[in-house]
Amino acid sequence: MTTQEILNQLPYGKAFLFVEELLHIDENGAKGTYTYAKELPFYEGHFKNHPITPAVILTETMAQIGVVCLGIYLLKDIETDQNISLAMTSNAIDFLKPVNPGEQVTVTSEKVYFRFNKLSCKVKMENAAGEVVCKGNISGMLIPKENGQ
Amino acid sequence: MNKEEIIEALKTIIEPYSEDAAALAQIDENTDFIKDLKINSANLVDIVLDVEEKFNIEIDNDSMAKMLTVKATAEIIAQKSKANAG
Repeated sequence: MTTQEILNQLPYGKAFLFVEELLHIDENGAKGTYTYAKELPFYEGHFKNHPITPAVILTETMAQIGVVCLGIYLLKDIETDQNISLAMTSNAIDFLKPVNPGEQVTVTSEKVYFRFNKLSCKVKMENAAGEVVCKGNISGMLIPKENGQ
Repeated sequence: MNKEEIIEALKTIIEPYSEDAAALAQIDENTDFIKDLKINSANLVDIVLDVEEKFNIEIDNDSMAKMLTVKATAEIIAQKSKANAG
C-alpha cells in the first residue's frame, strides 16, 4: 500500500484535513508533516490579535498522521475498498511549545498495541527546528465504513 | 484459581474502567460490562488486555466477542488457564 493510497482513504474534508505529506509508514509507526497555513480560520479567534495553533488542533494533527494513517495501513490486508474512520477514545498529551501560524510540523508515531481494532500509539510532534512541541499517547477504535458512509 | 478468586481478580481489573460506583459495588456473575457498568468498546479492549496480563493467557477474537459478562469472562479465563496448565 503506497502512502498516496493511504492519503486517498482518509475520511476528512479539506477543512479538517491535517495531513500534508506521509513520509514513512510501516507496521510499527508513521511519520508525516503538516503546515498550518496562516489563513486557517481558527487563528482569527485563538486568540484575538494573538494567533496560535489550538492544542486540540495539534492533537487532531497527531491523531490523523500518527494514528489514523497507521490504522488504514494496518487494516490493509483485512478490509479493501472501504473508508476507515477512527473514533478517538483517549489521549494524554503534554504541550511543550507553541506552534505559530505558518509553521510546518512533523509527527512521528510508534504503535504501542493494535488489538481488537483498538490502536494505541505513542506520538510526538516536532517543529521545523526539530524541537518537540507536544507528545503523548493517543488511542482510538478503527471503524471500517462501507461506501464512505 | 477457583471461580470466586477469578471473579475477585476481575473486579479489581474492571474498577478503573467504570464510573458507575453503585454498579461496581454490586458486581456479580450476571453483570454485563456494557449494559450494567456502561463500559465502552475501547475500554473493553483494555480490560481484555489487562486480563491477558493478569492471568498470563492469550485472548483470541472469538473469545473476545464472548466476553460481555463477568460470568462469560470468568469461564474463558478458567478455560484458557487450564489449557495453559495442561
